[in-house]
Amino acid sequence: MSQDTANAKTTIEAAGRISRSALPSRLFAITKHGFSILLTFVGLTAITFIIGRVMPADPVLAIVGDRASNEVYEAMRLQLGLDKPLIQQYLIYLSNILQGDFGTSIMTTRPVLDDIIRFFPATLELATIATIFGVFLGIPMGVLAAVNQGRLIDHVIRIIGLFGYSVPIFWLGMVALLIFYAGLGWLPGPGRIAVYYDGIVEARSGIILLDSALQGEWEIFWNALHHLVLPASMLATFALAYIARMTRSFMLDQLNQEYILTARVKGLSEGAVIWRHAFRNVLVQLITIIGLTYASLLEGSVLTETIFAWPGIGQYITTSLFNADMNAVIGGTVVVGICFVGVNVLSDILYRIVDPRSHD
Amino acid sequence: MTDQPTETGLKEWLLSDTPQSVAQARCQRLYLAWLSFSANPIAMLGLAIIVVLVGMAAAAPVLTGGDGTEQALANRLQPPSVAHWFGTDELGRDIYDRIVWGARITLYIVGLVAIIVVPIGLLVGTVAGYVGGWVDIILMRVTDIFLAFPRLILALAFVAVLGPGLENAVLAIALTTWSPFARISRAETLTIRNAEHILAARVQGASTARIIVHHVTPLCLSSVIVRLTLDMAGIILVAAGLGFLGLGAQPPLPEWGAMISTGRQYMLDQWWVATIPGLAILIVSMGFNLLGDGLRDVLDPRSGGTS
Amino acid sequence: MDKPLLNVENLSVSFDTPKGVVEAVRGISFQVGQERLGIVGESGSGKSQTGRAILGLTPGRVEADRIEFDGINLHKAPARTIRAIRGRRISMIMQDPRYSLNPVMTVGWQIAEAYRVHTNATKREAKQHALDMLTTVRIREPEKVYGLYPHQVSGGMGQRIMIAMMLIPGPDLIIADEPTSALDVTVQLQVLAILDDMVRDRGMGLIFISHDLHLVSSFCDRILVMYGGQIMEVLEAGALDQAEHPYTKGLLNCLPDIDRQQGTLPVLRRDDAWMNRKGGAGGDVP
Repeated sequence: MSQDTANAKTTIEAAGRISRSALPSRLFAITKHGFSILLTFVGLTAITFIIGRVMPADPVLAIVGDRASNEVYEAMRLQLGLDKPLIQQYLIYLSNILQGDFGTSIMTTRPVLDDIIRFFPATLELATIATIFGVFLGIPMGVLAAVNQGRLIDHVIRIIGLFGYSVPIFWLGMVALLIFYAGLGWLPGPGRIAVYYDGIVEARSGIILLDSALQGEWEIFWNALHHLVLPASMLATFALAYIARMTRSFMLDQLNQEYILTARVKGLSEGAVIWRHAFRNVLVQLITIIGLTYASLLEGSVLTETIFAWPGIGQYITTSLFNADMNAVIGGTVVVGICFVGVNVLSDILYRIVDPRSHD
Repeated sequence: MTDQPTETGLKEWLLSDTPQSVAQARCQRLYLAWLSFSANPIAMLGLAIIVVLVGMAAAAPVLTGGDGTEQALANRLQPPSVAHWFGTDELGRDIYDRIVWGARITLYIVGLVAIIVVPIGLLVGTVAGYVGGWVDIILMRVTDIFLAFPRLILALAFVAVLGPGLENAVLAIALTTWSPFARISRAETLTIRNAEHILAARVQGASTARIIVHHVTPLCLSSVIVRLTLDMAGIILVAAGLGFLGLGAQPPLPEWGAMISTGRQYMLDQWWVATIPGLAILIVSMGFNLLGDGLRDVLDPRSGGTS
Repeated sequence: MDKPLLNVENLSVSFDTPKGVVEAVRGISFQVGQERLGIVGESGSGKSQTGRAILGLTPGRVEADRIEFDGINLHKAPARTIRAIRGRRISMIMQDPRYSLNPVMTVGWQIAEAYRVHTNATKREAKQHALDMLTTVRIREPEKVYGLYPHQVSGGMGQRIMIAMMLIPGPDLIIADEPTSALDVTVQLQVLAILDDMVRDRGMGLIFISHDLHLVSSFCDRILVMYGGQIMEVLEAGALDQAEHPYTKGLLNCLPDIDRQQGTLPVLRRDDAWMNRKGGAGGDVP
């Protein structure tokens, strides 16, 4: 949730830096890019390795829990290879991750990866819907504010935006539940679906909206959609605020450019100047922002999921945390981290495709 | 200037086109920045909120009856009234008192994070930018890894290992916050490393360390300050989130996020217990965002909204 | 002179800044016919703001008794009327093609767009016109250049593209704001020659804004010398040596001359007294 403006700016600057430095060949650029992604991945796993294996006073205890028998403790000690040098331990850890082996969760007694695959679709569903909301509301708001800079509408939109990234989302979720569920009764309470529908739809993708629609269970589809409204709106509040803010700032930058004057000299209408000329340039920059928003919503759902009892990856990590289930915490962290980096890489690639300046 | 500047004399002195001294030029810059800052009502509102927050934290003993932790079980869950402006919580503690004392904790968190993060970011960024070469590549790679990491999750994992508590929460937040400052300082350093006055200092025989500390760092400060102000809101929200999950400040400390967490179970019948601290977080983080926006427009016109 | 194309009376442009109101242009008046009018002045003299104010494109506050073009008072006309005139009747060439072309659209598309705004042409017709126009501004391989993005063309070619874009709807008056200042010296003359040909062939009026007095005098029929937002003097291009105003003389003296030995270049004289002649020496041809 806390990825914000300047972070995005730095990412954009970073993208700009690479594209401006006139690389000799495209192949070299791709190699360089791939190498830096690889390094980021190594760094990411190194950090989680340090958190999970080096920082705890007794990493074995942290993984098996204090109720484990001596045999289990010893077996885990050997399995982790704690008798080996640190760098070798890290390499084992890395190769395990590459094979999808994050260890076993004490809480669920299943492999962590299986748990993650089961919990992840719920988070994906929530974050995707919220991002879509954010994009379709935030972009027009940002453009409207920029075009009317300094007028009342600009101030109103700025205040709405400020509210969106200043409000503690978990608190907003509680207030929304109080009003729309407890007070007015318009929307259902926490959870992903009403209890009596549980288990009817076969989980193929794990995304209930998709599964129920594909299997023609429209009643369940509507029920799931109703459950989705509040938590998705909470996340969308942030997405909308962030996207509107960045759109406004990019748009103002573009409107001060000389080519806008050219477009006006041509005799174009204000609409064409704004949407055809300025917005095309803004859109190129917004791709990075939308990617960042999506990635940070995947992460930011931790607190929202807690409030709405939403069985996603965030809730999985926090519950594991309270059960001292270190394998699950670290596994979840690595997966979210990989998604985070992955989304950013994707948006970077898209940016390169869309921006003609980065082609040669 | 020999005469004591009068009201108009001072203004002329501040707006003169030909400053007579370095000091006058500096004052002029500050005054012009202040003029454009104070002309922005939204930024002034942000400043006012932060001033009130600091005032509240400083004067907490005067503003409240105790230290916000005295329990009065007979008085539990009282709605807002004249005696208890914001009502009382499940242990009969006055919520107004706890909000006021909580201001201290909030300031403590953001202050401590800033003290840790700014020097680290400045050091890494200026050294990377000024020295360049392999040092730059290695330092920036490390920075990028932290930049690429999801912030709240990383903080969660850190606290999970270090154990819950205010200091550990601060440490975890700091670990996930320093990297943008390194990026910003590096970018600023790159733009000035070949400036004439830096070259002059080098020709005079100043050491690399001296140039970085005395000549490069001061020029990075304004963008770092803008970024810091904008980041304050994010820091407050992460801290509140950790507090809400029970991983930040521990009871009975009146931390706002933790207060929401305990108020959650009374949400349906005693709304004020959780609502009031949430409003406090909202107002303060909005204050920092408003202030940061205003500062950016004034100090860093390149990335600002207004021309 | 025949009935003028453009008649500007008492034009002022001012800006609000934290330091107070800054007057960029202070009540100037002039006329332009089917001729080449040069406006010369140093930076900050208000020459660019004058050009933009005519098209209603300055962010500052514009006041004028009249900005009359072909019987229409542009200063009071509704936005729709002005948009119909921009590009179609009065056009403007900006200084630096690196900034004045939209970076994410092909240059050909941008030229075609300028044509399509004011006509009902289909995309194909517009493209054909744009290609013809590219040939007119002496671009070889117009088909190839049509599909390029602005960052892929050189400064000189960019400025020829700009000229093509601004002349394609066939305007009556063109304002060229420092059109060659951002270019390499070697291509400046090429671009000027193209502009010169086109203005001559099409019988357009031209307002040529520049800081370069000699360039303007070799290129224009008549010259306005601006200083501090006012017109100091109006000169016939061939009669530079008859300049009377001390500022114009100062400008001329700043140029080194191979026949005249000079120890040091003189510093340009500035006099606050010049600023107080309300209305200036502007107005009609002397």
